Amino acid sequence: MQRIYLDNSATTKIDKKVFRAMEPYLKQDFGNASSLHWFGQNAHEAITKSRQQVADFLGCNFLEVFFIDSATISDNLAIMGVVKQALRQNSGQAQKKPHIITSQIEHPAVLELVEHLEKDGQIEATYLPVNREGVVKIEDVEKAIKENTILVSIMYANNEIGVIQPIAEIAKVIKSFKLRVPSSKVLFHIDAVQGANYLDCNVDKLGVDLLTLSGHKIYGPKGIGVLYKRKGVEIEPIIFGGHQERGLMPGTENTTTIVGLGKAIQQVSSFKFQVSKIEELRNKLIDGILNSISGTSLNGSRENRLPNNANISFSGVEGESILMALDQKGVAVSTGSACASGNLDPSHVLMALGVGVERAHSSIRFTLGKYNTEKEIDYVLKILPGIIEKLRKISPLK
Amino acid sequence: MPLPYSKKVIQHFNKPHNYGKMKNPDGIGEVGNIICGDVMKLYIKVGQNKKGQDIIKDISFETFGCLAAIASSSMLTDLVKGKTLEQAISFDRKEIVEGLGSLPPIKIHCSVLAGDALIEAIHSYLTKNKKPIPQALNKRHQQLAKEKQEIKETH
Repeated sequence: MQRIYLDNSATTKIDKKVFRAMEPYLKQDFGNASSLHWFGQNAHEAITKSRQQVADFLGCNFLEVFFIDSATISDNLAIMGVVKQALRQNSGQAQKKPHIITSQIEHPAVLELVEHLEKDGQIEATYLPVNREGVVKIEDVEKAIKENTILVSIMYANNEIGVIQPIAEIAKVIKSFKLRVPSSKVLFHIDAVQGANYLDCNVDKLGVDLLTLSGHKIYGPKGIGVLYKRKGVEIEPIIFGGHQERGLMPGTENTTTIVGLGKAIQQVSSFKFQVSKIEELRNKLIDGILNSISGTSLNGSRENRLPNNANISFSGVEGESILMALDQKGVAVSTGSACASGNLDPSHVLMALGVGVERAHSSIRFTLGKYNTEKEIDYVLKILPGIIEKLRKISPLK
Repeated sequence: MPLPYSKKVIQHFNKPHNYGKMKNPDGIGEVGNIICGDVMKLYIKVGQNKKGQDIIKDISFETFGCLAAIASSSMLTDLVKGKTLEQAISFDRKEIVEGLGSLPPIKIHCSVLAGDALIEAIHSYLTKNKKPIPQALNKRHQQLAKEKQEIKETH
């Protein structure tokens, strides 16, 4: 069967050039980058090259780039590292608990950690709502930020609905707060995992102190991520046992995946010209579905959105059943329905939009990538109406 | 995450048996809740066999839910169609899982839901026709009504 992959926000197919760049490090170039001999230095050099490739992408110094075993660990390190640093500085002083601002639509790597730290009594937290479009309001950041705020962590683009947050504007709010309150030490972290393929990630233009990237969302390998940490920003390690990545990611460096991430991020710039093609196909998909199937609606802002994301609800039909029906016809998508989530709650992102439980349970996320073709989109548009019609016949919700 | 489903589950999902709204049913059972992502509606028509016993002459379902919920509904209708009411009352919902081969642990509740839909449909038939309602059936019916109320109140 012909397989069509429309789940590029879950993971991407590894790029051929990336694979070729990685291959030697699984074969003859196996050295430990910490070893002083030729084998070790060979690996070390490869990692340094990769670090520079990431630095070029972010517009920063290569010493501000840390390779971390996954984006989830990178998010955890950024947040917990800042909290630990603040608690250490506060120790012995009768100060207020550190305060973190995040949003209700963050990835679980951020949200569940902040909730955990709050429950543990280590911090106080504000979870910013989003508007119907899925965007955080600047005024809400202004209102939430206060003297004991140590960190603002907001995602660049959302993994479910692809909606882009006003990062540079939030950075301005933080900057002007710091000018008003010179004792403030608030830092700004963004999870740029989903945005990296499509958005400008220049850290100075964005005005961020910490930034998280992932390898496998940009046609690179799994099991590797990045934490950008601005020079002068101090965070505590959360894992111990070695000097690697200057103590922030102890453990022997995975040269293979690090090289893969470097190559993948270098490829992102050269793939930028394909973005308009992806956007065209995505628009064809959205318009095709909304026009040919009744009771459908797009979740999240249409304009303020990654060019590859279409998140659509099909009234009266449950998401997982659509997903499985599509899968049997060779089309891979994902859903925000509870049935697929392993618990009984529908997507927290769709619930934060205020679309209601039924729409949340009825949602399908299509995320395109650089390998999709117009033929594939035409095929999806051809088979989808029949699938929905059949499931609606079975459904009691009319 | 999509779950590993048995062949039988996929078959029932692809070609469900006995689905769709029934005209003039003798009993209707509606269970589940849109908040939890599953809604199941079961219709029964009651007739008599040669011995004069009440039987489920016809049955159909409408389900909003995942693959497991749709397959469980379809399996249930296969299992109880033609059974006497007495047999249907003592129907063991484990038969749904057995009939389907297996269900992932997290989806067992889908078969429970289907079993409850049957209880509710029979309960509605017995109530409408002023027939005696067995104690166990009534107990489960009241439990379900209580759960419905609780979900309403907490959301």
